[in-house]
Amino acid sequence: MSIEYLGLSNINGPLVALEGVQDAFFDEIVEFVVDHDTHKLGRIVELNEDKAIIQVFEGTENMSLENTHTKLTGRPMEIAVSEDMLGRTFDGIANPIDGLGPIVSTDFRDVNGLPLNPVKREYPRNYIRTGFSAIDGLTTLIRGQKLPIFSGDGLPHDQLAAQIVKQASLGDNSDEEFAIVFGAMGVKHDVADYFRKTFEESGVSDHVAMFLNLANDPVVERLITPRVALTVAEYLAFECHKHILVILTDMTSFCEALREVSSSKGEIPSRKGYPGYLYSELATIYERAGIIDGVKGSVTQLPILTMPNDDITHPIPDLTGYITEGQIVLDRNLNGQSIYPPISVLPSLSRLMKDGIGEGFTREDHQSLANQLFASYAKVGDARSLASVIGEDELSDIDKKYLVFGQEFEHRYVGQGEGENRSISETLNLGWKLLSLLPVSELDRLDPKLIEKYYPGEVTELKDEDFAKGDTTEDEE
Amino acid sequence: MRTENKGNIYGINGPVIYLKGRTEFKMSEMVHVGEEKLVGEVISLDKDMTTIQVYEETSGLRPGEAVEATGEAVSVTLAPGILNNIFDGIERPLEQISEAGGGAFVTRGISVDSLDVEKKWQAHMTVAVGDDVHGGTVICEVQETTAILHKCMVPPDVKHATVTYVANDGEYTINDVIVKIELSDGTTRELTMTQRWPIRVPRPVHERHATSVPLITGQRVIDTMFPIAKGGAATIPGGFGTGKTMTQHQIAKWADADIIIYIGCGERGNEMTQVLEEFGELVDPKSGNPLMDRTTLIANTSNMPVAAREASIYTGITLAEYYRDMGYDVAIMADSTSRWAEALRELSGRLEEMPAEEGFPAYLASRLSAFYERAGHVESLNGSTGSVSIIGAVSPQGGDFSEPVTQNTKRFVRCFWALDKSLAYARHFPAIQWLSSYSEYIPDLASWYTDHVSPKFVDYRNRIMTLLNQENSLMEIVKLIGSDVLPDDQKLTLEIARVIRLGFLQQNAFHPEDTMVPLEKQFKMMDVILYLYKKCRDLVAMGHPMSVLKSEGMFEKVINIKYDVPNSNLQILDTYKKDIDDFYNRVIAKNS
Repeated sequence: MSIEYLGLSNINGPLVALEGVQDAFFDEIVEFVVDHDTHKLGRIVELNEDKAIIQVFEGTENMSLENTHTKLTGRPMEIAVSEDMLGRTFDGIANPIDGLGPIVSTDFRDVNGLPLNPVKREYPRNYIRTGFSAIDGLTTLIRGQKLPIFSGDGLPHDQLAAQIVKQASLGDNSDEEFAIVFGAMGVKHDVADYFRKTFEESGVSDHVAMFLNLANDPVVERLITPRVALTVAEYLAFECHKHILVILTDMTSFCEALREVSSSKGEIPSRKGYPGYLYSELATIYERAGIIDGVKGSVTQLPILTMPNDDITHPIPDLTGYITEGQIVLDRNLNGQSIYPPISVLPSLSRLMKDGIGEGFTREDHQSLANQLFASYAKVGDARSLASVIGEDELSDIDKKYLVFGQEFEHRYVGQGEGENRSISETLNLGWKLLSLLPVSELDRLDPKLIEKYYPGEVTELKDEDFAKGDTTEDEE
Repeated sequence: MRTENKGNIYGINGPVIYLKGRTEFKMSEMVHVGEEKLVGEVISLDKDMTTIQVYEETSGLRPGEAVEATGEAVSVTLAPGILNNIFDGIERPLEQISEAGGGAFVTRGISVDSLDVEKKWQAHMTVAVGDDVHGGTVICEVQETTAILHKCMVPPDVKHATVTYVANDGEYTINDVIVKIELSDGTTRELTMTQRWPIRVPRPVHERHATSVPLITGQRVIDTMFPIAKGGAATIPGGFGTGKTMTQHQIAKWADADIIIYIGCGERGNEMTQVLEEFGELVDPKSGNPLMDRTTLIANTSNMPVAAREASIYTGITLAEYYRDMGYDVAIMADSTSRWAEALRELSGRLEEMPAEEGFPAYLASRLSAFYERAGHVESLNGSTGSVSIIGAVSPQGGDFSEPVTQNTKRFVRCFWALDKSLAYARHFPAIQWLSSYSEYIPDLASWYTDHVSPKFVDYRNRIMTLLNQENSLMEIVKLIGSDVLPDDQKLTLEIARVIRLGFLQQNAFHPEDTMVPLEKQFKMMDVILYLYKKCRDLVAMGHPMSVLKSEGMFEKVINIKYDVPNSNLQILDTYKKDIDDFYNRVIAKNS
């Protein structure tokens, strides 16, 4: 039915140019056959009358100006979607790589998706318990939210994400269907393996669809992988009515792929060589989280990105933070002190938290308690920097109390054992216990009524035996 | 008016398309692109290439498809029905897009009317046959929402005319002819409730006035410390998570403007949903009507096409100017102008223009200044006075205020509310940093505060500022040697500054009493705090140590005024001075 074009007019990095094409359209997918045996896919990224610039997903290795046959497919990038994709493993553009045969489905979806109409969104309100105090207590994850983990090389972000999956999935909402879509862009083989193994061990692997573009896979493919993963996620959420948690790792590789392609297209770079449309590109990925009004099912995103040189002002984390609804920031210092998860509490934030906690969701004191912990922990920093100048002995009594509070907060509240899964009331009560290290006059964010109800009375130190398991007094879950 | 200009697509690059050869298109003209009739705008013309930016997703377009001119610059429809509505960046109602086949998603090429053309509005005519009219004359009044009376006007381009026909009062759609006028050249023109106006052109006014009245927002740090005038422009720069959107929401909810235009420019979809939900439920404290009755939302979320994001700011300001011309005070929230600047950068990059600072185009500053200059307190063509106040959020990259958008914005606004990361980390909200923020409107507004609140208002405000500045210099010392070694009078300064920070500057948006505070309470709170300071200074001068003063709990009591004194019962505040006197006597008695 369609014309085959022989040869190419130009090959430059991941891009090829083809002249004399007829009836091609922008964003169309083309098929290449190289040397009569290798099949590749590409996407038209620029069109000038009869000259098309095509991005080759599998890379341009072995392609020459002569040996390539090109065919227009007449459709945009589409993938077959089906509920059977759960429990399967695919490459970055949705070809099965687990040897279990192709996905049979008549449902095709454009991977670019469409923007969700704000009037048809439902504002996310239902929290997801992760079992981590630092997240549940201070940066609560809400169903339908996009909450990235800002990490650095060598920090345990994979472990954290895997444990969130494990604990959130085995949570209290057993009557609703829960599934995971995992998209890996340019990650190391071991990382992908680690996730696979964790999913298997925790018994969730038949609820997981994995899309793997590994570090040695073609760079251009990475640009499609998150879109493929999200297309499947949207299908499972809005048409099969499941609650989907999407993990995307590592968004930094995605952005770097974008830069690579942009520079081979000869585009004008803006910050640090990244193209001017990096914000829009990231937005079309992150904004595909949410809940549709009146439709059961949700897409929650947990993207992971490694901050180059731990720099939170680098364009990638910076632009991400402006799009996502908060962030969880990991900290190298805490990690160095063997505190797990090493969540740096102060820059971490969940924007949707305020409407998903409190009475009717978690407990009435949750928001004020979180504010107080943030405010008090912010003062710890001041006390510490003062101590480093004049020495700990010279500090005022109240500053000394803050030092103790800071220490205990980091070790007992932020830090928790691997595999430890705390309930909401455990987390909240623990917060109050820590505040008991400070005198009431320092608790300026709390309503006196709450203090009366929950504040256990000032103590000078916390003892380990106070933390024996099962001391949750009022379990309201 | 419609010309049959046509062209064919030659090249496509993202949201930008090219036409080859000479065309008769005009600059800034709106065009329909391709079979799906996507909306676009002509952005550059030369003898062998025409460049068009497309306001919708361009995937699927083919070279050779037709491009048709509309003969009109990109314009908005102005008529009843704008309020209590939500539009995309080029004034297409999102509700209707969804009904017209988009479902939950925004699909392309959907053609919907900007405003409801079938709804009949009860109209009252305000002109009679034989009247002399000119641009701006109100021809009919329509109760658009319970809060707002919509005044339909003669389009501004009419210089002089006589009314030859007036319909009876009754129900009309926005496209029914209600008035006919004879222009000075003898031609007759039919008028409806509808006007069209190009978004990039400011609507004309009779005269601009100086700003003299503050826009009261109910936020203490704004109204008292860094006020914005009605007709002024302010900017809120802050890194992510510092509370720009929250501050904008608070102002949109509680400001004493008549009309609020909220532009979500390249921001999050969930935020717009939140505004829709919340504003639908909340009630305007002034009129008792739902807040949405005075609000219109323009939502071009970050994943919607980039060119429409660039246009959304202009669409919003044009709507604002239209209501200003009716004599209303309009406040416009632009969240965030950085996204708009980035849209400019993105399009400029696609056009392969020479980049200036940080990749932004060289015309960034002139575009920003042109936008902020559309704010103003004016006498409109029909003699009524109205104002447009602009509050623009800026999202500087990495929270660094030296980047081009913040710096250029600063040059054109007179009110700067700098949001601070460390305040936000300590959950001090609104995180407006009092040392780096400023408002140049204070001298203009001083006489208003004197007449309407108290002659002492500005003086008190300045004394509070002085204390905060003193605290800042003392903190430098404290950081080096700790606060214990300070003499008691300096300790007192620190303590009072703490009271100001916690009890006055910090404001809890989620607390029913504290979310919005009337000016009178703001003033009385200052009064109490300064009275406490005066009494404590006396005590310290007498040699009473700070530790004794602190142990009485008086400072905490003053900090909690914001929660303890309801806005409806401000008399309670008067008892605080007596409490302070008691506290004063107690301390003296204890130490004697």
